[in-house]
Amino acid sequence: MNEPARTMILSRLRAAVRGVLPVAPPEWNPPALPGGEARIERLQRLLEAVRTEVHRVPRTAWVESLKPILRQRGVRRLLYAPGTPLGRSLEAGWDDGAGDLPRRIPFERPMEDCKAMVFEVDAAVTSTAGAVADVGSLVLRPDAREPRSMSLVPPLHIAVLDSAAVFDSLGAIMRAQKWAAAMPANLVLVSGPSRTADIEMTLAFGVHGPKALVVLILVD
Amino acid sequence: MGERPAFDFRGNILRALADGQLRRNLQSAMDGLIRKRRAVFDDPAELEALRTVGQSLKQAALSRLPALLEELEANCTANGIQVHWAETAAEANRLVLAICQGERATRVVKGKSMVTEEIGLNHFLADHGVEVLETDLGEFIIQLAGEPPSHIIVPAVHKNRDQIARLFHARIPGAPYTEKVEELNAIARRTLRQKFFEGQVGVSGVNFAVARTGSLCLVENEGNGRMCTTVPPVHIALMGLEKVVARLEDLPPLLRLLTGSATGQIVTTYVNLISGPRRPGEKDGPRELHLILLDNGRSRILADPELRQTLQCIRCGTCLNHCPVYVRIGGHAYGFVYPGPIGEVLTPQLEGLARAGVLATASSLCQACGEVCPVRIPLPDLIRRMRTDGACQGPGGPEDGCRPPLWESLAWKIWALVNTHPGLNALGNALLGRFGRRLPRRGPLAAWSAVRTPPRFAPKSLHALAVKEGLPHE
Ligand code: SF4
Repeated sequence: MNEPARTMILSRLRAAVRGVLPVAPPEWNPPALPGGEARIERLQRLLEAVRTEVHRVPRTAWVESLKPILRQRGVRRLLYAPGTPLGRSLEAGWDDGAGDLPRRIPFERPMEDCKAMVFEVDAAVTSTAGAVADVGSLVLRPDAREPRSMSLVPPLHIAVLDSAAVFDSLGAIMRAQKWAAAMPANLVLVSGPSRTADIEMTLAFGVHGPKALVVLILVD
Repeated sequence: MGERPAFDFRGNILRALADGQLRRNLQSAMDGLIRKRRAVFDDPAELEALRTVGQSLKQAALSRLPALLEELEANCTANGIQVHWAETAAEANRLVLAICQGERATRVVKGKSMVTEEIGLNHFLADHGVEVLETDLGEFIIQLAGEPPSHIIVPAVHKNRDQIARLFHARIPGAPYTEKVEELNAIARRTLRQKFFEGQVGVSGVNFAVARTGSLCLVENEGNGRMCTTVPPVHIALMGLEKVVARLEDLPPLLRLLTGSATGQIVTTYVNLISGPRRPGEKDGPRELHLILLDNGRSRILADPELRQTLQCIRCGTCLNHCPVYVRIGGHAYGFVYPGPIGEVLTPQLEGLARAGVLATASSLCQACGEVCPVRIPLPDLIRRMRTDGACQGPGGPEDGCRPPLWESLAWKIWALVNTHPGLNALGNALLGRFGRRLPRRGPLAAWSAVRTPPRFAPKSLHALAVKEGLPHE
């Protein structure tokens, strides 16, 4: 740490704001949304508008619903997080002998030891911590079992979302899930596949992150 | 820092105006950005309320800046982030270099960050044997072209697809010539994936830093920001010290304002909240995370109650998009890193009025920038303030008083004379009515008349007509 710089900067800043009355930060409440089904519909509409494929699937049979999606897209290697509830149900529902199903590849070792593998799989399936309906975002909280690069590096990202975890707004999910009390090292809102408009403002998908995003919404 | 060797603003403007391609590229891009912004902020009352919230949030943060920075430092440190302070651009550059050297790193991948442009990081690191690769597509394009960004948000906006196609074909080994945007993107993706894979240090900016939780918020669409902050073993984040906000709850309105104003999106594809390096047991993420807090003149700006508002800026770029001058001359003409209205205000404060004060002349004071700024920075007022301060920088310095040049005082004296003496006034009007259409197209009037239809002066003044009609006219 550069102590002299710190001291100098802080003392200049203190002098600069001396006598400035602290302004009370205002509250902001985004326009309210209708709840329930309409909320999920809005989320779906916004996600689809940014080229995301959304499927509502039965909670207990999501693995079965996933299979045709993978087959149709020709996925051969599917990265998943073993040890998570999602990972366990995937393992249970997988027929490893079935020739037309992708090989499931567990993310088990630190990135350094399996970087090439992470950069070579065709798809990864991850959980989500919830979603924000008013802007159409998924909330991902990667952790020790479900590394952050899973939703970033493979060309296809499949995110599994519990319909009960769809909130009105970012503020609402922050409060409900008490984010401020314990932030993970990495929390990311995801709204669609990676995109850019840097060439002639022409929208194109799949720059550095996933080229495609599929969301499975678990419903009862 | 970052400016081209000789700064000839007038020359830059004339060159830019003569470049028809540039003007077409800019015009269509800016029109699109303006349209998208308007569509996403479709409720004017809601937008005005939101702008007020944004303004007060930033003002609230600035009013307690030292305390918030200390809180940020403490919470970041508790999260395992190594916090550094840099007084100047040179100091920040040295800090980054020292971290790279400590890692024996020679390959740096960088996400889009205006503050690293401000300090001229790429040049500095390159001079010391560290290769920096820009990974944002727009930044990647201009890095290939060896140019600085021309816009805060869309750095390669001055280039069209043919120009980019030629550039890729010439500079990227093995790249075929293609004008298809999808294919150009694919070429960039292939090239950069390998670089992410090999990158030893990732460098990023910060959009907002949350003091209470020690979190860095970074917004982006491409995923290159996530790559730079996830894949390399070391991540260095740089931020101007005005980027700190108090609480996580401050983010939702600020994010709305930023993304809506910048690209007309309701949310960007990725909003990253980074609160530390890889934790024990985690399988990826950087081992080390450094945060560099940069002053570089900001504490001085904070000391002036009016100019302080400059620090509210969230770098959305919408004042550029709405500026009739920016749209015609583009970012490069401004000669420094920050173009457009915010550049006219910020650059003279960072670089000094003597070098950059002239930037404040590039405004018609049409007020558009002030009306769209998401945090309500009174940009036109601040531009005028720069002009006033600049005028006070006469040969004798500020103590010499604010003396306009001789020709200017003379012009105003004549104007005052003519307008306070009815006889002279009538004479002037009559002369203009008769000879006004034959104003010389040379000399000082050429700049105006060369590209405009000369004004038609009525043979009789309004005043004379009113008198004739017997209307009350005093
Ligand atoms: S001055 Fe306002 S409009 Fe311009 S970039 Fe900053 S926040 Fe955006």
